[in-house]
Amino acid sequence: MKEKVLMKGNEAFGETAIRCGCRFYFGYPITPQNELTEYMSANLKKAGGEFIQAESELAAVNMAYGAACSGGRVLISSSSPGIALMQEGLSFMCSVQVPLVVINVSRGGPGVGSIQPGQADYYQATRGGGNGDYHLIVYAPSSIQEASDTIVKAYDVAEKYRNPVMVLADGMLGQMMEPVSLPEMKEALAEEDIPKVKPWALVGHKDQRPHNVIKSLYLQTEQLEETINGYWGKYETAKKELPEYEAYNLDGAEVVMVAYGSTSRIVLEAIDLLAESGIKAGLIRPITLWPFPYNAFDKIGSSTKAVVSVELSKGQMLDDILIGSNGRWPAAVVSRTGGVLIYPQEVADRVKELLEGGKLNGKSV
Amino acid sequence: MSTHKIIIAGFGGQGVLLIGQLMAYAAMMEGKEVTWMPSYGPEMRGGTANCTVIVSEKKIASPLVTQATAVAAMNGPSLEKFKDLIVPGGDLFINTSIITGDHGKEGVNTHNVDCMGLAAELENTKVANMVMLGAIYQVTSVVSEDSLRAAMEKTFSGGKAKLVDINMKALYAWKG
Amino acid sequence: MEKVFEYTRGMLDVKLTYCPGCTHGIAHRLIMETLDERGLLGDAIGVAPIGCSITSHRYLNVDMCESAHGRAPAIASGIKRVHPNAAVFTYQGDGDLASIGTAEIVHAAHRGEKFCTFFINNAIYGMTGGQMAPTTLVGQKTTTTREGRSEAACGKPLRISEMLATISGAVYVERVSLDSPANVRKAKKAVHKAFEVQEKKLGFAFVEMLSTCPTNWGLSPVASLEWLRSNMMQYYPLGVFRNPEEVM
Repeated sequence: MKEKVLMKGNEAFGETAIRCGCRFYFGYPITPQNELTEYMSANLKKAGGEFIQAESELAAVNMAYGAACSGGRVLISSSSPGIALMQEGLSFMCSVQVPLVVINVSRGGPGVGSIQPGQADYYQATRGGGNGDYHLIVYAPSSIQEASDTIVKAYDVAEKYRNPVMVLADGMLGQMMEPVSLPEMKEALAEEDIPKVKPWALVGHKDQRPHNVIKSLYLQTEQLEETINGYWGKYETAKKELPEYEAYNLDGAEVVMVAYGSTSRIVLEAIDLLAESGIKAGLIRPITLWPFPYNAFDKIGSSTKAVVSVELSKGQMLDDILIGSNGRWPAAVVSRTGGVLIYPQEVADRVKELLEGGKLNGKSV
Repeated sequence: MSTHKIIIAGFGGQGVLLIGQLMAYAAMMEGKEVTWMPSYGPEMRGGTANCTVIVSEKKIASPLVTQATAVAAMNGPSLEKFKDLIVPGGDLFINTSIITGDHGKEGVNTHNVDCMGLAAELENTKVANMVMLGAIYQVTSVVSEDSLRAAMEKTFSGGKAKLVDINMKALYAWKG
Repeated sequence: MEKVFEYTRGMLDVKLTYCPGCTHGIAHRLIMETLDERGLLGDAIGVAPIGCSITSHRYLNVDMCESAHGRAPAIASGIKRVHPNAAVFTYQGDGDLASIGTAEIVHAAHRGEKFCTFFINNAIYGMTGGQMAPTTLVGQKTTTTREGRSEAACGKPLRISEMLATISGAVYVERVSLDSPANVRKAKKAVHKAFEVQEKKLGFAFVEMLSTCPTNWGLSPVASLEWLRSNMMQYYPLGVFRNPEEVM
């Protein structure tokens, strides 16, 4: 096994991106992701890359758009309200089909919200967030090691699909330290090799080909529809190729909890607590939030009486759980929000209450 | 080894995050599972700061702790905030340089550590936090001396390398 | 017979769809001629704004991308990081640059970005149908200032060149006009200088071009040029606001 290092999540995200050949980072300070911006300012230049502290998240995402259109491998990051400002550029990048990895170290919202960990960006991440027909591909790792491995995958997926990929972490993952074994350093794409790998990129036509144009404006509506239909096919492919989840303890489970990111780890401990009270509980942990692993629900057995979404938001993921359950089980949500954390005991107590209180009567509560 | 869940808390600037990191680093070097989770917020200095370190042979689920095997309180507010989280038979470390009075808790082993006084005896009050780390290490054996030294050597490199010896010495300033 | 004029190969053989009398065509040609003359056409990357000239990539024979409203300087900053030796430029109108994009243009100048911005100031929003721009003159009628721009309600027009000239990273700032052959020739020199500043990596180069919008001004092409001279040039004096020694 490779040597492990103890790193703060935010720093491990940045180091992993550099090792993936990312050479362009554009950021703006916002808690709780500042260590990532700081790490890139200190280390990207050493790796031969470029860092800009932008004047705003709007500028940062547009710098990323410029660099991605030019064939660069780019990382941007922010936290919830900053990600909201970046939606303009994310919609743009989806429409013109350029790859990007964006990390959201999310916090409590809405508005300025709180700086403590939150998961209330679920809709923002999975339901668009910006204007128009598009999807971000969204991964939700639950440990720093998994986050590092996910970033490696995110770059491959972003370039394969020519679409931005979001890694949805939260303040907990960004701030905590865990041992991580980092990927090998990968050579960055040299400027002169960009046209070979990304023939669509803006590099200057060198009097050798017609000019490349990257555009999202279509005054002819039929052309726009045709363009959208043209790239929509890849989303259909993504729905087949990308969904990932982890299932734990589903066999014989009386109740199945669904949780992602760091919350899933709290649920794992709640499962032990429920077992002490004689309740067998299982977990589905979606790893991709879009495309959502609806197929995971087919693994739930006949012993299960209910599914419960455990999330640091007001039942946003519940929507996908209802789609995934498709009426087979009553569903409910156990949530804390606004940056308030949920502890294993509270999860166990509230799930128990739901089961015993007859509150699960076939519809969501 | 059972799982250690240790909360270290104090004022911002007392070095509580650092001693938690050293412990986490040392545990990692021993091949153990570990998480280090800080509080964070707008008060960079003088506000409250705390971190939770979990060290285990098993994969760590929740990085949050409501049942601590040990709490080290570097100031009064931290003691009030966290002492009730200690499990029966757990350890409470009190920085008596700042916290006065009797704060013993039934079913919990209380250890009084005069961090500043003992650091002053070493003629370096900056190592007060290391005195506390030493007390935790001596009582809980959460990590070994060798790995703590190795963690310090990794953390204090370059110009700071000279700090390793004084910090190692501070680990033994407190004698339970 | 000696050829005295040749349409630059920097312009694609596509009919321009700008309104009659609009000066975008002149501005496009000046930039493309300059790039060709400097041997930079093949290495140029342009950023089109939101506004009438969002379609400029139909005409300009260089690699280009579109920009969200006002963000062209941020996008160009990103492009320049990937291709530090490319001839990168943004082409922006006054709604785009002087209103929604003030943060991006100010900070591109602030960082001393090594690209050129060509700022088309025609004192009005064109594509959206003639609304007030920050550059609209006091008293000028637009669809959002039916009685004429009121200083009390809207303030006085922004002089962008003067403002950017206060920023040390904006090493070359000049205001030119596209109203007459003589001024067009001066404008061409300014475009050359801007690219020279970029080639020498001296800092941010900015050329403001006073332009017309006959359609939204409600004037004929000729009357528009006259209105530009008698009104805009009074409030927006032509001249060089900053010029680095290296390109004197």
